[in-house]
Amino acid sequence: MKRRVVSLWFPSMSSELILRKKHYEGPFAVVAHIKNGNRLLCLSTMAEQRGLKRGMGLADARSFCPEIQTVEHNLQADVAFQNSLVRWAKRYCPWVGKSGIDGLYLDVAGSAHLFGGEDAMLHDMRARLIRSKLTVRIGLADTVGAAWALARFGEGCAEGGRTGQAISALPVASLRISAKEDTTLQRLGVKTIGQLANLPRATIGQRFGPSVLMRLDQALGDQSESISPEANPQTYSTRLTFPEPIGLAKDVMAGVERLLLRLCEKLTQDMMGVRVLSLICRRIDGADQQVELRLARALRDQQRILPLFKKGVDGIDAGFGIDQLRLVATQVEVLQVEQVAHSQTQYNSDGLHDLMTRLGNRIGLENIQRFLPAESHIPENSFIVSPAAWSESVGSWGNVNPRPIRLFPPEYVAARGHRPPNRFNWRAMSFTVGRIIGPERIAPEWWLEDENWRHGVRDYWKVETLEGHRLWMFHTPQNPNWFVQGVFA
Amino acid sequence: MLVRFSDVFPLKPSRYHEVTGAGAYGFASVCCGNTRNAVIWLSEGWMHEVVTPLGLQTHCDPHQILIGKCSNSTDVLAATEEALRSGVVSLVIAELTKPLSLTAGRRLQLAAEVGGSTGLMIVKDGMGSNATQTRWDVSPVYSSDDSTQMRWSLNKNKSGTNSSWDVRWDETARRIFVVPQHVQRTDIA
Repeated sequence: MKRRVVSLWFPSMSSELILRKKHYEGPFAVVAHIKNGNRLLCLSTMAEQRGLKRGMGLADARSFCPEIQTVEHNLQADVAFQNSLVRWAKRYCPWVGKSGIDGLYLDVAGSAHLFGGEDAMLHDMRARLIRSKLTVRIGLADTVGAAWALARFGEGCAEGGRTGQAISALPVASLRISAKEDTTLQRLGVKTIGQLANLPRATIGQRFGPSVLMRLDQALGDQSESISPEANPQTYSTRLTFPEPIGLAKDVMAGVERLLLRLCEKLTQDMMGVRVLSLICRRIDGADQQVELRLARALRDQQRILPLFKKGVDGIDAGFGIDQLRLVATQVEVLQVEQVAHSQTQYNSDGLHDLMTRLGNRIGLENIQRFLPAESHIPENSFIVSPAAWSESVGSWGNVNPRPIRLFPPEYVAARGHRPPNRFNWRAMSFTVGRIIGPERIAPEWWLEDENWRHGVRDYWKVETLEGHRLWMFHTPQNPNWFVQGVFA
Repeated sequence: MLVRFSDVFPLKPSRYHEVTGAGAYGFASVCCGNTRNAVIWLSEGWMHEVVTPLGLQTHCDPHQILIGKCSNSTDVLAATEEALRSGVVSLVIAELTKPLSLTAGRRLQLAAEVGGSTGLMIVKDGMGSNATQTRWDVSPVYSSDDSTQMRWSLNKNKSGTNSSWDVRWDETARRIFVVPQHVQRTDIA
């Protein structure tokens, strides 16, 4: 069967992507930093009407049109949008590839009749894209090169087997050749593809090298060119359908065990581990039940995951029965094969991770935390508390002066002077000071804005009282006051 | 027969214990230092008084501690029971804000027996449960020549009599030692 290729080109994808989400009154442009300057990358129609052009410097554009509104170019968003367009285009044919950063190729041979012929299909594409506020140019031809040329320079449809005639009047620039080759050809008086094709091949080859000839042959179909379709993202899900509905927790667990076996095989093949699993039980009355399991670390060991499901499965309301189980790994990450001993840190065992998972399903996995050292001499910033499931216990605790076990926001104490008072009241208790150790002066980190450190430097004292309490007090000499901030055991 | 310090400390494993008083956190920290395994420290998330690793490192390695922030007191008890029953951590510390009922205490005791781990509940004065193995009242004591002295009073003991000791932390040996009686006497005099 003859190949038929559709080329879609979205000339103002970057700006339309933004305009779809937010309305801008007046001219609008997307600006990117190109060649040491901010230049217009993509324009709205209103901006084009005002005489602005692509590639124009932003300063020039402002002088033409002072009210222009701009947004910085976001390449990642564009790529993501192009990917979603690829996914959308798979409704027309399974063979979809990307063309540059703002276009698509579709090999529609054999699928056009499903939409009522080529014309009806192109009409359908255009209607859907216009409805979603996208400008599109469409070319259809036998070859990738010709479809590209038609999309950008002619917008039309070349009938099967007549590609040569359809593109012969198009300019040579439509052959995807470099700007330099284009200029040279124009200087030589070769304006259209038809003229180029009529020249003796040997002379073109001598003058321009193989690239121009290759592009010409690709457009005319004398040389093959492939569309490389995007691979589908790998999904990890398995399902099990029963001939008869089941209702016992034991049966569901047996089903989960079978599903896990298959899922874990798949994960093992790809060296992946699962972080979040969800089990969806389809009930015969349509009320689906879902159990989510968040693991404390990536796993692909069936024996370890299965018992963790027990609690969730016990909570399922089976109603009149469950007739399908689906197990989906909603979050996976790369899990390399690990050496069993030595590589693990002292307090990291498999059992501990399982316990974290079980506790995490009750109190939230992010609420199980560990202490990590931080680079700061401010007492409350000298450590961080981070979720244990996503951090490793690394780093050493610096050797500092003794610090209190309990730390709290500073509590005011009525006292005067630069040395700790002999008697003071704190938390409705009165104290007599027995011994003081200090002072240790800590200055605020001026490079960080901290509300609590507005009073300037602090002189910390360890105050041991005759009543027994050992308090961590500080004095702020720049704004004389006394506070208690911590308790030693 | 009078109870000896070595009979009751380090805390008896496969049991749960209670501690009260101003020095309860220091006591918990010393208990962490007595084990080489991971420790889980459960508390309610709204508390603004935090335990600091820099303070804990006097007695133990802060890396061995996992913190669990629970939303309410019921969750603290449930998580404590789960952790004790699993047996993968050698010590489970929980900060309780409400009185511990006899049922709850008994359940913790059973969970600790199954898992073989030690439980330590930090409770407020008079809020403990009779199911506990031991209950300690810990308060720091002023001493003219040492700044780590504490009085550890054993208020309840299922397997012996009650007693009270003055103890100190030995920085070089990294362990608790009991101050000999005659030193105490001269101190007081």
